[in-house]
Amino acid sequence: MELVLSIAIGVMTACGVWLILRPRTYQVIIGLSLLSYAVNLFIFGVGGVKSDEPPLLGEGVSVASLTDPVPQALVLTAIVIGFATTALFLVVLLASRGLTGSDHVDGRSDPR
Amino acid sequence: MNWSSHLVITPILLPLISGAALMFIADRQRVLKAMVSLFATLGLAMVALLLVADQASDDAVNRVYMLGNWLAPFGIVLVLDKLSALMVALTAVLAVPVLVFSLARWHSAGSHFHSLFQFLLVGVNGAFLTGDLFNLFVFFEVMLAASYGLLLHGSGALRVKAGLHYIAVNLAAALLFLIGVSLIYGTAGTLNMADLAARIPTIEPDRRMLMEAGAGVLGVAFLIKAGMWPLCFWLPTAYSVAAAPVAAIFAIMSKVGIYIILRLSVLMFAEGPSAEFGTDVLVYGGLATVAFGTIGVLASQALGRIGAYCVLVSSGTLLTTIGLQDAAASSGALYYLVSSTLTLGAFFMLVELVERCQDAGANVLAVTMDAYGDADDDIVEEAEGVTMPSTLAILGMCFAASAILLSGLPPLSGFVAKFAILSAIMGTGSIGVPPTGSALWLAALVILAGLATLIALTRAGIRTFWSSIEGKVPRVLVMEIVPVMILLAVMAGLTIKAGPAFAYMEATIRDVGNSKAYIEAVGKALTVPSWRDTKAKEQGGS
Repeated sequence: MELVLSIAIGVMTACGVWLILRPRTYQVIIGLSLLSYAVNLFIFGVGGVKSDEPPLLGEGVSVASLTDPVPQALVLTAIVIGFATTALFLVVLLASRGLTGSDHVDGRSDPR
Repeated sequence: MNWSSHLVITPILLPLISGAALMFIADRQRVLKAMVSLFATLGLAMVALLLVADQASDDAVNRVYMLGNWLAPFGIVLVLDKLSALMVALTAVLAVPVLVFSLARWHSAGSHFHSLFQFLLVGVNGAFLTGDLFNLFVFFEVMLAASYGLLLHGSGALRVKAGLHYIAVNLAAALLFLIGVSLIYGTAGTLNMADLAARIPTIEPDRRMLMEAGAGVLGVAFLIKAGMWPLCFWLPTAYSVAAAPVAAIFAIMSKVGIYIILRLSVLMFAEGPSAEFGTDVLVYGGLATVAFGTIGVLASQALGRIGAYCVLVSSGTLLTTIGLQDAAASSGALYYLVSSTLTLGAFFMLVELVERCQDAGANVLAVTMDAYGDADDDIVEEAEGVTMPSTLAILGMCFAASAILLSGLPPLSGFVAKFAILSAIMGTGSIGVPPTGSALWLAALVILAGLATLIALTRAGIRTFWSSIEGKVPRVLVMEIVPVMILLAVMAGLTIKAGPAFAYMEATIRDVGNSKAYIEAVGKALTVPSWRDTKAKEQGGS
């Protein structure tokens, strides 16, 4: 479980970093999205990976088997903020495309 | 719980409410919008000054405000101490003149300027006041989201291009921030800053490395914001293409990164095995930033870019001084922070006014003309001089004053600030030992940066005021020049009252360095009893 999760995070981060270094704005935004997925999974993972355990303390739930609820709350906030800023980036990307007529990050006419 | 304890949250709530209310006023009701925004900002300034007055006395205690009325490590707290009060007041003192300046022209150049401006203030004040790392992330994002909108204010291809880079860099920085925060949570088990400070010295060695890695990643996110070399290449373009009032208020944003680095480095890494973590990075990175900024100032053609590189010089000086960890130098650095932020704010506004009297090509030509000689040199000047119109005279005086402030020449506060830092690190301050190599480097670079700024600004000033090609007089409204003059007057006041100002800065540095008091204040803060309980008690008693 931990291995699968860490491989997934690693692969997504690698793809994301490669993509945000590319010259086209569309590649950059996909790279940022991938990176934010990787980061969200990472936050989820730091609480300790447990399956089938409740994040709430109640009758018959021992503290040892409890899933830490804080990272889940953090992930939720991070998702919302990441979603909003990515949407904003998309708008700026379109504005840039409209103003420069190219989807190069520097607005150059011959994106390679 | 009396009313004054709620003052702590007012710098966040006031702009938040007014910013939200402003969204529902139509853009064509400009006067109404401007009035609401102006009164909210004036109110913020008053609250901020009350907070400083509250913290100014020597026996002032750190005020802890529990947002959800939950005890400290579990709930989110706001903490007001001398440093956060100072930073909130600095923001407000900068925001009022900038807002007045924007009312002349810029606020109608696009939609929702006032809302975005207020939300930026929410984020900045929140980042200064919060006592929780994740809450800090949220306020940081509020600040950044507003700044994305403000940077694009006025639109145009240049702004959109710079905005694209700015947003991409800051989104990546936000992800680094999250990685850092989650690593720290995973190893220390808390995100409350005071609780973290208490736990970090006792953390187990096998987790310590991971915690330090998290702190390092977190630091990178703040250093991007503060503009440390080599993380600063987005900054000059973004600051120089932004609309004048936006660039002016952005002067406080790079200081948010500096504030957090100062706060966290003294709080988290004051003692224990992780003491002095990352100070080398701050020292050498800061030195490189000053050097890069100096070269940039000399190489810049346009005044806006000179201002933007001055932001880097200021950041670099502050980072190195924080890294040197000397109390006397740090209080000088705080004074320098206040002085340079306000000066840069005034300078960015002034640049816009000055550039109105130039034709677009003049900036680009300035350096080239110096290098290859002026084509007009052969033309014999007419004998009688031209009378200087009063607008140009006032602009010229303001320009000269800000040039003196930026380059740190006597008699204004820029000089006092640099002198305080240099005299402290050269060994006449608290250490009393021969200066270290990095201190000598800082001294040399700071003086060189001052010289470079002076050369660049003199060149630009001569081009603009003395040998203006067209001889055009810019149309400047009183409303536009008065905010600049007010900020410069604040600097003059800061120079005259340098004694009391330094007393406050020194008390602030002592207060910040005393992390035990901070931890204790947060740990001992009590929840407010519910009104039902109080009522029941009163009834039971009577």
